Amino acid sequence: MENVRRVISVLVANESSVLSRISGLFAGRGYNIETLTVAPVPDSNLSHVTIATNGNERVFEQITKQLHKLVPVYKVIEHEEMVEKEMVLVKFPIEASLADIQALCGAYNGGIVNVGLNMFIGMVADEPCRVGHFIEASQRYNPIEIVRGGVVAIER
Amino acid sequence: MKMNGAQMVCEALIAEGVKTVFGYPGGAIMNVYDEIYKQDGFEHILNRHEQASVHAADGYARATGEVGVAMVTSGPGFTNAVTGLATAYMDSIPLVVISGQVPLSLIGTDGFQEIDAVGISRPCTKHNYLVRELSELPRILKEAFHIARTGRPGPVLVDIPKDITAEFGDFVYPKEVNIDSYKPTIKGNRRQIEKAVDAIIKAKKPLLYIGGGVVLANASDLVRKIADMSQIPAVETLMARGVMGHSNPLLQGMLGMHGNYSSNMAMSETDLIIALGARFDDRVTGKLSEFAKYADIIHVDIDPANIGKLVDVDYPIVGDVKEVLEKMIEGLEGKVNPARYADWREVLERYDNLHPQSYVDSDEVLKPQWVIERIGQLVGEQAIITSDVGQHQMWAAQHYPFDRPRQWINSGGLGTMGFGFPAALGAKKAFPNKTVINITGDGSILMNVQELVTAAEYRIPVINVILNNHFLGMVRQWQTFFYDGRYSETDLTFQPNFKALAEACHGIGYDVTTKAEFDAALKDAIEKDRVAFINVQVARFEDVLPMVPAAGALYNMMLPKKVESKKEAK
Repeated sequence: MENVRRVISVLVANESSVLSRISGLFAGRGYNIETLTVAPVPDSNLSHVTIATNGNERVFEQITKQLHKLVPVYKVIEHEEMVEKEMVLVKFPIEASLADIQALCGAYNGGIVNVGLNMFIGMVADEPCRVGHFIEASQRYNPIEIVRGGVVAIER
Repeated sequence: MKMNGAQMVCEALIAEGVKTVFGYPGGAIMNVYDEIYKQDGFEHILNRHEQASVHAADGYARATGEVGVAMVTSGPGFTNAVTGLATAYMDSIPLVVISGQVPLSLIGTDGFQEIDAVGISRPCTKHNYLVRELSELPRILKEAFHIARTGRPGPVLVDIPKDITAEFGDFVYPKEVNIDSYKPTIKGNRRQIEKAVDAIIKAKKPLLYIGGGVVLANASDLVRKIADMSQIPAVETLMARGVMGHSNPLLQGMLGMHGNYSSNMAMSETDLIIALGARFDDRVTGKLSEFAKYADIIHVDIDPANIGKLVDVDYPIVGDVKEVLEKMIEGLEGKVNPARYADWREVLERYDNLHPQSYVDSDEVLKPQWVIERIGQLVGEQAIITSDVGQHQMWAAQHYPFDRPRQWINSGGLGTMGFGFPAALGAKKAFPNKTVINITGDGSILMNVQELVTAAEYRIPVINVILNNHFLGMVRQWQTFFYDGRYSETDLTFQPNFKALAEACHGIGYDVTTKAEFDAALKDAIEKDRVAFINVQVARFEDVLPMVPAAGALYNMMLPKKVESKKEAK
């Protein structure tokens, strides 16, 4: 069976140790985590966890079933028709061309978000593969630091 | 009513109908023990090691089907209990284990006897709780029992900081549980059941593959009924011994690594597996790519994650095996034709006649298989048999004439040496009028031997039959077969005087080397009604056969030497 990339959303009770239950499940059963993001769902006592993972069909089925078995898990959404976004922050030396990078960020739904004495920071939020392209393109401006945020996804 | 957290724990246990708690006190759980001292709603048994407490609660649960309860302190008390939790987790045994924890203010400071119990036990419990506020304690205790016993059962840990057991608050024990995120599927999908019934009617060589889930669901009567009405042959896993009853002609025996010939051949040639509460464990399937190559699979399991985990399933049915069987039986009534499977039954009978479960007895030395058969002849149906892990466990599973579910108690999934003796204590507490015998080895028995003291103090007269071959026998067997006889660290020639050891702990001991001595010892032990060690010297190099070498195909068995023996119990 072929390995494919998948994105899963997990709605969980917003309580301590729930994230360790999920990450521990992945570690203990040998499932991959590509990215994992978590934040509270507004106006509820739930949290929304988004996990990008990869594996074959059987592994993926096990992941969703094992997640379902965790007591604090309300819902597991296996994304199919989704809108998926990831954010990245890139710090550039002040010598780099502000205009170039402004244009580059603009091409990927972002912009310059902070400028200091010795550096400035660009931000982009886009599909994960496009974020990859952006990072690649930004390499020639000698970035000092790159921080990717992990994906969030929502079903259409 | 106002009370402290410790009293709430006791009141909750009483409300849950708990009769016996197995445990061991210590600093962080002392408040609860103070309340245990004052109450008379349940009995507390002081084991001599926390691991034994959890195994004893586990044995109690397996024998009765009720939730077993153990109580330990923080830190080492809890870590000692982990093997017990993992054992229960792997075999889906309902337990509630209550552990003390350092006070809330000390959590995270590496306090004395502090350990992250919830973190450590996460992978070996069905669920666990760290109680952070007294107000949530009653709800958490109620939920713990509910989660332990419903769905696929399992152990639940409740970790309670010491200041919470000291604090006073209002106690109202909830009547009902409502956990939105926890709703096990009980009823099987009707359409799927109909399809499965159709498949059974159309099959030529169907096979009932019975697992421990049938025991847990108390569905043995229904399994016997479906077998009886359809005359479909059956195989049992290690965890399902007793479901069909050994004298049932449809029962082929146990399958898997140490399964008998006709069982493993049945699995290899069947065209329809009817898997009931079984999970296609690697010790059952052997090499997966060669496993049941000609079969469609109906898989009934309460845990959806078990379905399709290792083998592709044609008729997945998530639900309580009891409920599903009721529907299946309804569907089969009047439609299933037992004569249709007559040829198939005949094939299997031929296989069984070709290589029946057998061993070569001896007049010079006691054979372990003989000892087990003999126990069966002497106490049979009325005994509960527990075991440790190793050769003796497999011989017991192969040769004891089990008649009913919950008669056979062993650690199947985790394979925990040291399980049998404390589990026997739990079973005996639940059924004081039954003879409880732990079939063990000279290796395993030493792994919870301190329980002699517990058994003697509380007058829990379980009999330990030590099949003594002066070896860690199962490992030795593998060393013989696969490591050119290099017996690395498996020779147990240096060992205690088991008879004297039992006597030193106020029990009774027997040294046995002949059949007559064994008979006399077992009868005497039953009569004396005291905790006993029967130390039986058995053939040193006896192997457990048949055997499917690990990762081999189920149909490639190493078979015992052929003998002209009578057919044995399956």
